[in-house]
Amino acid sequence: MITGILFFDVMAVLVISTSIGMLVSRNAVYSALFLVLNFASVAVLYVTLGAPFIAMAQVTVYAGAIMILFLFVIMLLGAERLEGESTIRGQRLFGGLLAVILLGELTWMAVFQSGLSPAALTMPASDFAGPTQIGLTLFNTYLLPFEVTSFILLVAIIGAIILTKTDNIGKRIIRPGKD
Amino acid sequence: MLNDYLPIIILLVLATVLGFLVLIIGALFGPRRPTQRKAAPYESGMIPYGPGTRRISVRYYLVAVLFILFDIETVFFLPWAVVFRQLGWFALIEMLVFIGILLIGFVYVWKKGALEWE
Amino acid sequence: MPTVNDFLLILPEVVLLIWALLILLIDLWIPDTKKYYTAVLSAAGLVISAGCAFALLGRTGSAFSNMVVLDGFSSVLSILFLLSGLAAVALAYDYLKRNAAQRGEYYTLLLFSIAGMMLMASANDLIMVFLSLELLSIPLYILAGFFRPRLASEEAALKYFLLGAFSSAILLFGIAWIYGSTGHTDFPGIVASIDGGRANYLLLLIGAGLLLVGFGFKIGVFPFHMWVPDTYQGSPSSIGAFMTVATKAAGFAALLRVFLVLFPAEAPIMAGILWGLSAASMIFGNTVAIAQMNMKRLLAYSSIANAGYILMAFVPYGNPVIAQEAVSSALFYLLAYALTSFGAWAVMIALEPAESDGLLLQDFSGLGRKYPWLGAALLISMLSFIGVPLTMGFWGKFYLFKTAVDGSQIPLVLIGLLTSLVSAYYYLRIVMFAYFKPGEPQIQPGRWASVVAVICAAGIFVLSFIPTPVFQFAAQMIMGMK
Repeated sequence: MITGILFFDVMAVLVISTSIGMLVSRNAVYSALFLVLNFASVAVLYVTLGAPFIAMAQVTVYAGAIMILFLFVIMLLGAERLEGESTIRGQRLFGGLLAVILLGELTWMAVFQSGLSPAALTMPASDFAGPTQIGLTLFNTYLLPFEVTSFILLVAIIGAIILTKTDNIGKRIIRPGKD
Repeated sequence: MLNDYLPIIILLVLATVLGFLVLIIGALFGPRRPTQRKAAPYESGMIPYGPGTRRISVRYYLVAVLFILFDIETVFFLPWAVVFRQLGWFALIEMLVFIGILLIGFVYVWKKGALEWE
Repeated sequence: MPTVNDFLLILPEVVLLIWALLILLIDLWIPDTKKYYTAVLSAAGLVISAGCAFALLGRTGSAFSNMVVLDGFSSVLSILFLLSGLAAVALAYDYLKRNAAQRGEYYTLLLFSIAGMMLMASANDLIMVFLSLELLSIPLYILAGFFRPRLASEEAALKYFLLGAFSSAILLFGIAWIYGSTGHTDFPGIVASIDGGRANYLLLLIGAGLLLVGFGFKIGVFPFHMWVPDTYQGSPSSIGAFMTVATKAAGFAALLRVFLVLFPAEAPIMAGILWGLSAASMIFGNTVAIAQMNMKRLLAYSSIANAGYILMAFVPYGNPVIAQEAVSSALFYLLAYALTSFGAWAVMIALEPAESDGLLLQDFSGLGRKYPWLGAALLISMLSFIGVPLTMGFWGKFYLFKTAVDGSQIPLVLIGLLTSLVSAYYYLRIVMFAYFKPGEPQIQPGRWASVVAVICAAGIFVLSFIPTPVFQFAAQMIMGMK
């Protein structure tokens, strides 16, 4: 039990520090790598919660496919060398201050005011989110959301085409000197 | 239950240690005599000029995004395959509808010529 | 396992989605010169779906293991979304041709977005709320950038997408807090958990606050309005018109249902926040609109103010009697606002030349003399925006103010009245240009936009003689809602 909590604490620190690292890195490549690490450590948390399928999807889809794509995009665009200075003065300071206030508020509410103690929480069954359970719920209770997801993916496909391929339409609208 | 993941953890630790080990050994024992010519980026023997990156066609990103979308689609196959025998015909129809909708997307992509590089 | 009954209850959505898929395929084989076939087909789909929605009017029930419910509230809003979609198709018909952007995907994406709105109005599970929000938003992000590579359109799409993604994330975070508090995402489960005393009140409150931020973005109320002017100005005008009406209505649909069903206990705290959002939106939208000389930006700021008006009636939602009244008056106002807003946008689209970022107010000079019908439509829309009697806008504001008074929100009503007076200045200035300044506006080829303008104006005028039956209908429709 104690080792479990210790393990969680270590992972929690890792998750939080990698996400902070992602935010404060000036180099976009470092940000992306921090995010990969973040996804991987969140995946470990999923495993400890008894959700190996989600963990697997997290590693293969997010940390694997999507983030590697991000890295390629950043490097191909040369975005890691872009100037990261914000144009609004004091924005970083103000944003950081607001974030700290929000964090303080949420912590205060959740930890001290809500009367919630970790002991009161019931641990889910060790296999409550295994592939079988996910399959059974997804294809029974969550049938409609599942099918709606396919429409969302379809719309994203259409969007990718519309926003990249011009089909020779609209070419004459580019005004010279407006680029 | 977490013991099932022990081999993975051992593998991860070994891989990390090995990676660092190679770096450290190289740094410790490798000779290091940099000259200006050696430190320059290699460009097939020519003297490098201009920025190293150039604009990539937007089509690359299109292909990449399409890959991700169909990749996400396949994630849903795994839980389906696991429970397929339990749910039977009904799950098959559900999945066929799901694939059918995305197949229409595939036909659309194909007909729009997004898969041709020219 | 779903039965036939499940599909029957969401028949309008199913019909619309299948129709959209068919149009997507058919459009691939329609040559570029004949894209109006796609427009006509999509309009037919909207009409058929609306027919199904009419046939289901008055029926109630839940489908797909409580994922969605059908009740009067969702039926009425579905019909509103479908009619808005028809208007958006009609407005786009000549407008896209003029701008050389006739691509069939416009209509497909519009249909997908409307299906998302309809699902959002009937969602009975937070997962469903989130997914339908995505299904309605993603097509709109794309449609906002439909005039790519025009810079303004790209800017509109990018701003809308970035802020929309943030607000979706915040909404999802709120759902996570609610799930953490109650252990459920379905509305009946959450309610049972709260009633059984198993839910943690404070975690629920945090979740409710985060949900409010997410919905606040969609309806474009004051602190979450940053994207509104730039997005409405840069998007194709027909999409701008559609967004001011339908997206706002969809956001309100989810906001009203979620807060009424899940968070009646949080009403005392939420009332203060809603009060602030409403008052700030009314004051900010109406004062900043004064400075706008571009019609699209003016209508954008006006939409922020109008979101504030609708929110005003909802402030005292903790009282069940007031809540009923608030929802009916919100539905009534959404109908009035839809007619008014489409009327105003349609007049502008009828006159808007290709490649423009919206007309300036001066461009309306001489409209009343040269095109009396269009001028009259503009006049009626502007009067309705202000809330002058003999228009639907008047009755809309009347019911909203009455509800707020019943809920003893007197200061808010005063703010509403004063800001309406302020708004009269900039709405009447447009009328002044149209009727008292000399000018030669040129109506653009194609008459569909003018037709929409005249129909909306006629609707504003005619329906204003029978406000009580319309309001009674709205009130009767929402009786089944918990």
